[in-house]
Amino acid sequence: MIALAGVGYRYAGAAGPALLDIDLELRDGEVVGLAGASEAGKTTLCLVVSGLAPRTVGGQIRGQVTLDGEDVDAWPMHRLSQTIGIGFQNPSTQLSGVTDTVFEEVAFGPMNLALPRVEVVARSWAALDLLRIDALAERDPRRLSGGQQQLVAMAGLLAMRPAHLVLDEPTAQLDPAGTRMVGEAIERLAADGASILIAEQKTDLLASICSRLLVLDGGRVALSGPSAEVLADLELSRLGVAEPSEVRLRRAADAAGANVARLAGAFARD
Amino acid sequence: MSHDWPGPSPVTELRTEGLVHRYADGGVRALDGVDLHVAAGERVAIVGQNGSGKTTLVRHLNGLLRPTEGRVTVDGTDAAGLTIAQLASRVGLVFQDPDRQIFAGSVRSEVEFGPRNLGRAGAELRNAVSAALDATGLAGEEATNPYDLGQSRRKLLALASVLAMRTPVLVLDEPTTGQDARGLERVRTVIESAASEGRTVIAISHDMRFVAESFERVIVMRAGAIILDGSASHVFAADAWDALASTHLEPPLAAAIGQRLDLGSTPTDASLIRALGP
Repeated sequence: MIALAGVGYRYAGAAGPALLDIDLELRDGEVVGLAGASEAGKTTLCLVVSGLAPRTVGGQIRGQVTLDGEDVDAWPMHRLSQTIGIGFQNPSTQLSGVTDTVFEEVAFGPMNLALPRVEVVARSWAALDLLRIDALAERDPRRLSGGQQQLVAMAGLLAMRPAHLVLDEPTAQLDPAGTRMVGEAIERLAADGASILIAEQKTDLLASICSRLLVLDGGRVALSGPSAEVLADLELSRLGVAEPSEVRLRRAADAAGANVARLAGAFARD
Repeated sequence: MSHDWPGPSPVTELRTEGLVHRYADGGVRALDGVDLHVAAGERVAIVGQNGSGKTTLVRHLNGLLRPTEGRVTVDGTDAAGLTIAQLASRVGLVFQDPDRQIFAGSVRSEVEFGPRNLGRAGAELRNAVSAALDATGLAGEEATNPYDLGQSRRKLLALASVLAMRTPVLVLDEPTTGQDARGLERVRTVIESAASEGRTVIAISHDMRFVAESFERVIVMRAGAIILDGSASHVFAADAWDALASTHLEPPLAAAIGQRLDLGSTPTDASLIRALGP
């Protein structure tokens, strides 16, 4: 479980705080979505929840962040990184840049945990298989497409087997099938007990995998609640968040005076 | 600028013939014989699974990559005989990752760089820069360091810096990734206004709703080849879904609902709503 109580955060040298008064509880096995306009504070919250801010990013924090009931401040980095993993928005931030094959890249994290070789190999193949990129194992990670790199970065993260996960727009560059696959992988990890926080612009994905949703605006929580309720909230557009496809379609049909009963019938067949 | 270029013309026609590209590292044929003709003023979306060759294809259009086999022509001239500078004045390419493109210390100098290199100066330069900043919502940020902008506004900045070059062809590599609702609306508007000026717009995207709504032609790629090419209502029609699935794509929601209700091909919300009737 991850818990934030009254958390505020200010980057070093920044004129104002990037986050204010954040209360958040992620229970084990729960996927919570994070939405909001650009620069609303999503990435900053990901850094704070993962323990990277202020630890490596600098800046000042207020309030309390606890992981499984413990204050993470005093934890050594290797313990933190096995307890909570963070997937950055841009895969080039995540990839080590020092490996020549995808397999070595995925194995890089577990190798640094000084795990037995057999364990490193097993974890790396398992992560590649889970994301169905085992065919890329021998390829040069620097020579992959943006979307393939995003999957490799995600595999490297999964190979660390962190107890909890923070993902900052993990599917931004993925094709629709890849997006669905990452969504399924997230649900599987949650079913195994991980707490997962996922920031995304793709509200269709959030609608399908999140039980609860937080919408940030100017560093504060503007909306929070069960995801179906939050995603149907009329405030969503004003907050710079795209309505999910189904919500948008139903509203447009209604506004145009179309046969909404027939439309509702088609959705009901899901 | 070289003087043998026939001078700026408002239209540019692009063609690839038997285009093959193999990256130096290990024999993967990223493009495997692509024949493509894009007429002046078309709005073309390129879709397909991660690694299917979309970015490799568009990087040939402005000379960033050169063909292993086959050729690219610009208004009938073989691009092999043109320098990158000559191509850059015709075809503006916005990278997927803005951090591969941005290098200047301020938003203004970043956006000025391209048009300056094309020889623009004075009022012409100022107008091009301010129009590009207005279109991308970055007016007022001229003095800001690009790295003080968030990822999505850095992406809009990369777009602005290419818009300011006023090239007859605009190529956008995943312009909507990571954009919030407002950013997406800006990208749509930029595409519409470029098209209304008769410019050609080619964009790579994984957002099928955006593709269906903003592009008149959709090219579907798989394993370095084009497998479908036609209007949104053609490529998102039910009989093409197996082909789409083979390259990790799914039709937009409106198309799926239209098929479920037996309404024919309805790739956009608007077309579905029309077909639904009152």
